[in-house]
Amino acid sequence: MILQILFIIIAVVTLVSAIFVVTAHKLMHAALWLVLALFGVAVLFAFLEASFFAVVQVLVYIGAIAILVIFAVMLTRRVMDDSGPQLIKGWWVALVGVGALFVGLLAALGTWVGFQAGPGPSPDPALLTQLGSDLVDPTKYAIPFEVASILLLAALVGAIYIAADKKGGKE
Amino acid sequence: MIPLYWFLAFSIALFCIGLFGVLARKNAIAMLMGIELMLNAVNINLIAFWRYFFAGDAQLDPTRAFAFVAIVFVAAAAETAVGLALIISVYRRRTTVVANDMNLMKG
Repeated sequence: MILQILFIIIAVVTLVSAIFVVTAHKLMHAALWLVLALFGVAVLFAFLEASFFAVVQVLVYIGAIAILVIFAVMLTRRVMDDSGPQLIKGWWVALVGVGALFVGLLAALGTWVGFQAGPGPSPDPALLTQLGSDLVDPTKYAIPFEVASILLLAALVGAIYIAADKKGGKE
Repeated sequence: MIPLYWFLAFSIALFCIGLFGVLARKNAIAMLMGIELMLNAVNINLIAFWRYFFAGDAQLDPTRAFAFVAIVFVAAAAETAVGLALIISVYRRRTTVVANDMNLMKG
C-alpha cells in the first residue's frame, strides 16, 4: 500500500516536471525540470529493483546528458532570453494528435492479457555479476557492447569536431 | 504490489509528453529534451517488462534486458552529444537555435 502511494507521488512529480520541460518559457528552467524528471525515472528504476540502472541513470542522464544540455543552453544564451512564444503556431494540433496517441495506446494495451500482471519473483542479486561477465562474453553480448563503445567514441569525436570553433573565435 | 499497467501507463504518458515537446517546440535544444524524455519512457518500459516477466527466471536469460537497456543508454548519450554539437555549430553560423530558421538548403 505504502509502495503504491509512493509510486503515485513519484509518477505525478515526474510527469508534472516533464510537462514543465516541454512548456517552460525559459530554456534554462526547462533544463532544470528535465533534471527532476530524469531523477524521477531513476527512482522508478529503483522501484523495479534495477538498482544498477537507477545509479547509471543518475550518472549518465543527470550527470552527463543534463549537464551537456545546460551547457548548450548557456552557449546559445542570446536566444534563450527570446521573449516570443516558445511553441509553434499549430501546437494544439500536436496536442490533439499526442492525446489521441495516448488514449489509443492505452486502449490497445488494455486489451492485452498480461496488462494486469503482478510482479514475478524478485531478481537474484548475483544478476549484476552475471551482466558484467555477459557483456564481455563473445557468445553473449561482447559484440553489441564493443559496437556501442565504438559508437560512443565516434559520436564524441564527431561532436568535438562539429562543435569546434575553426575560425578561432572571430565571426 | 504495483500492477504492471501502472508502469506502462506512466511510460506511455512520458512518451507522449516527450513527443509533444518534439512536435510543438520551436527551440532545437528543447526538442532534444523531448527526445530524452521519450528515450526514458522506452527504458522504463523495457525494465518494467524485465522485472515482471523475466527477472526471477534464470531460464529466460534475465541479463538480456540489461544489455538492451545499456545499449539504449549509450545511444541516448551519443545522440545528445552529436545533436547538441550540431545545434551549437548551427548557432555559430546562423545565430539561431529555432528549428524553423535552419533552412539553409531550402530552394
